[in-house]
Amino acid sequence: MTAALAPAALALGDDALVLSHRLGEWAGHAPVLEEEVALANIALDLLGQARILLSLVGDEDELAYLREERAFRNLQLVEQPNGDFAQTIARQLYFSTYQGLLYGQLAAGDGELAPLAAKAVKEVAYHQDHAEHWTLRLGDGTAESHERMQRGCDTLWRFTGEMFQPVEGVDVDWQKLEAGWRESVGAVLERATLTVPEGPQSGAWSAGAGRQGLHTEPFGRMIAEMQHLHRSHPGATW
Amino acid sequence: MVTETLLEAELRRVAGSVPDPELPVLTLEELGVLRAVHVFGPGRVEVELTPTYTGCPAIEVMSTDIERALHEHGIPEVSVRTVLSPAWSTDDISAEGRRKLAEFGIAPPRPQPTDGGPVPLTLSVRCPHCGSTDTELLSRFSSTACKALRRCVSCREPFDHFKEL
Repeated sequence: MTAALAPAALALGDDALVLSHRLGEWAGHAPVLEEEVALANIALDLLGQARILLSLVGDEDELAYLREERAFRNLQLVEQPNGDFAQTIARQLYFSTYQGLLYGQLAAGDGELAPLAAKAVKEVAYHQDHAEHWTLRLGDGTAESHERMQRGCDTLWRFTGEMFQPVEGVDVDWQKLEAGWRESVGAVLERATLTVPEGPQSGAWSAGAGRQGLHTEPFGRMIAEMQHLHRSHPGATW
Repeated sequence: MVTETLLEAELRRVAGSVPDPELPVLTLEELGVLRAVHVFGPGRVEVELTPTYTGCPAIEVMSTDIERALHEHGIPEVSVRTVLSPAWSTDDISAEGRRKLAEFGIAPPRPQPTDGGPVPLTLSVRCPHCGSTDTELLSRFSSTACKALRRCVSCREPFDHFKEL
């Protein structure tokens, strides 16, 4: 691997790792068994991506379990708490659409991340399909599900702007990515009878945000749980 | 393109005959995950294996099983390398593999569309129990990452479908 690739592999690897952990938190809590299985499967795909990407940077376990909060480079979007099922679906819709477009562009190029992107883009198509179906079902469902789906989309909107800030070493057309994302997410929300949220897609408070190592409060608690076992029992194995 | 030697072909048959740990009716060769076997010297062999899914936990067991099979075949030094490119696709499952999947009660994957992405759900999946094409999707994700859960409308049996990738 070339050294220039490290920031890219770390950013994309941390997105996958952190979202994988959040989705794993649904185990035992999902509304129906099929969703329990679906979310765990999506989490597993993401964990596979994370392992490959972080291994390009260094030792995967050290990177996952021994880094401090400020050393993580994931988007603030993926660290947001699961909320209710609708909020998790909103996060999935926003992120899987982004990841599908990002990997699609990387897979079409000839960079070092192209092989992984070509592999992962096919899996992400299923994640996106899952998120879109649920967005339609909840948005165009009962008054209660509609209201919750809209709230989930609104709550996470301010974390979406960060996705389109260029990442060092990720050779994609960011403007095209953002335009494609807006079109795709906008079309799904419209079909789901939902309103595309208004307001800024990032806050002044967010500074450089997750890609610069600045994270939101819930992230500290999340990694404390994720790293607890490894830090308490170094070298523990199953 | 380097041609395979007789020894490499023989070792490929040995490695390829290892059963898949999660779907033991299939061999690794039938699943299409065995990419190459290289002999680097007397008793020194490298095997190239590709994962079905990036997060597939079975790949580690596959590696161990291949190492064991080749050790038993008299090769002391075996390394298994994971390769990602070109990405594995369900189109890599052999015709014999598809037949065995159906016999095992898992609907085999349909051929891939050429433009990528999930296969349109309008294409019917045949029930592996009664053969009816009147089946419906229950969940896009099932017992493992590579399967979807479906139900037959005719015989009412639920079944796994090896989903297209």
